[in-house]
Amino acid sequence: MSTPTAVALEDAKVAFRLGDGRVYTAVEKAHLTVAQGEFVAIVGPTGCGKSTLLNVAAGLLKPAAGNVRIFDRPLAGLNRDAGYLFQADALFPWKTALDNVAIGLEVQGTPRSEALPRAQQWLTSVGLGAFAGRYPHMLSGGQRKRVALAQVLIRDPKILLMDEPFGPLDAQTRQVMGNLLLDLWSADRKAVLFVTHDLEEAIALADRVVIMSAGPSSRIIGDWRVGLPRPRDIFEVRLDKEFHALHREIWSVLKDEVMKGYAQSTQAAEAV
Amino acid sequence: MSRPTLFALQVLVAVVGIVLWQVLSTVPVFGKILLPPFFFSNPLDVFSQIVKWFSSGVIWKHLGITLTESLLAFVIGSAGGVLVGFWFARQPLVAAVFDPYVKMVNALPRVVLAPIFALWLGLGIWSKVALGVTLVFFIVFFNVYQGVKEVSRTVLDNGRMLGMSERQLMRHVYWPSALSWMFSSLHTSVGFAVVGAVVGEYLGSAAGLGYLIQQAEGVFDVAGVFAGMFVLSAFVILIDFGVTLVERRLLVWRPTVDGRG
Repeated sequence: MSTPTAVALEDAKVAFRLGDGRVYTAVEKAHLTVAQGEFVAIVGPTGCGKSTLLNVAAGLLKPAAGNVRIFDRPLAGLNRDAGYLFQADALFPWKTALDNVAIGLEVQGTPRSEALPRAQQWLTSVGLGAFAGRYPHMLSGGQRKRVALAQVLIRDPKILLMDEPFGPLDAQTRQVMGNLLLDLWSADRKAVLFVTHDLEEAIALADRVVIMSAGPSSRIIGDWRVGLPRPRDIFEVRLDKEFHALHREIWSVLKDEVMKGYAQSTQAAEAV
Repeated sequence: MSRPTLFALQVLVAVVGIVLWQVLSTVPVFGKILLPPFFFSNPLDVFSQIVKWFSSGVIWKHLGITLTESLLAFVIGSAGGVLVGFWFARQPLVAAVFDPYVKMVNALPRVVLAPIFALWLGLGIWSKVALGVTLVFFIVFFNVYQGVKEVSRTVLDNGRMLGMSERQLMRHVYWPSALSWMFSSLHTSVGFAVVGAVVGEYLGSAAGLGYLIQQAEGVFDVAGVFAGMFVLSAFVILIDFGVTLVERRLLVWRPTVDGRG
């Protein structure tokens, strides 16, 4: 008896054709599953193709080989069960915060009169109830992320894909956003695939931490279960002994990859 | 600097300019008038000419004609620019095929088209509208084309992941992006609509501000030429002010980069 699998990447390989005709293999034979209700974080050095893997799960990218299964069905086209939180600003700049959140419902055919009150509720639950009429450029980076979170969650996706969503934010705001995410997530426990380069963030948030090797042709080289009790508070959990032990253990593996990735990126720069 | 001070200084520039003009064109300096009235007229004559136009009411007809031509040129040129810009941006093949021709036509100084338009469309307002359209069209076209092509990849992906169909992407992503680019060039395109109308009138017509100026020039009525120029400037400033108001309403969602408006 096991919980159903929300996302399964089976030996997924991702390759790009470069401008000069060569083929660049970003990810090699990635095997990864996310169970329903499970929060999985992918950590890896910069340029290791972790965002690429996320795009494969979203259906934005087609794998060159291997399978993608969503709830045990092969994925064709975009992943309709998933909500995607982007690293960069992805809000519609010409829509107010309220309209940005409501659009997720309107697209599905929900009448505007029904979508707006629900969007207002979601804005309130991400702490922006008073900012409904603001346009994205009038909001801070953290506030924009909150709107983006509400925009994704209002559609109630079964899977949440997050691509370094809090990357551009300052350290304090990241922690606040992390706690907000955990709060919202604990309400209905969606399957989450969370990409980050921040190991601490990954351990504090996730049930499982997956480590990728440095690119190109990066692979998944480690998979740790995080046994820290929930509900967690991101500020507190970092002081936990178990947290430190796990961090040390994973870091010993990750460190080599980070150094390799760094060496490669500097060599690449010299080659150019 | 406070607003009243700034305004006072701006007025001062005008006053000094006009006084200098008046003095130099009427009072001899070392026995010689530096601005001969035949070539430079003088502010009083220009002013009385403007007053005469407005008090007799003849100017309204000409202003009305120029305004109509400008508006028609703007509306038709913008509509065409938006449609074609959209079409090209969404159909790269079409854009690639037509690219050299678009560049060629755009490289042409539009004034040389005026005689052709006069020949085809007569001396009425439509030949001026056509000239204005050729100017406005390209500005709007290039902006809309750019606007549609440069929609942020992330915003587009976000729309897709939110479940938007092609039609919904069009409506919620491409269209607003294209319009924002078009509005950002509103000042330029409206200005060019007026340029098209006036130049067209100047080159052959029976009414309009360009016609007034051309008529005055024809009889060496320099005061008339200057008077026409001043009325034209005031007219353009008024229109530009109107555009600023419209723009402020339409682009509320945009961060203000420059202090314009």
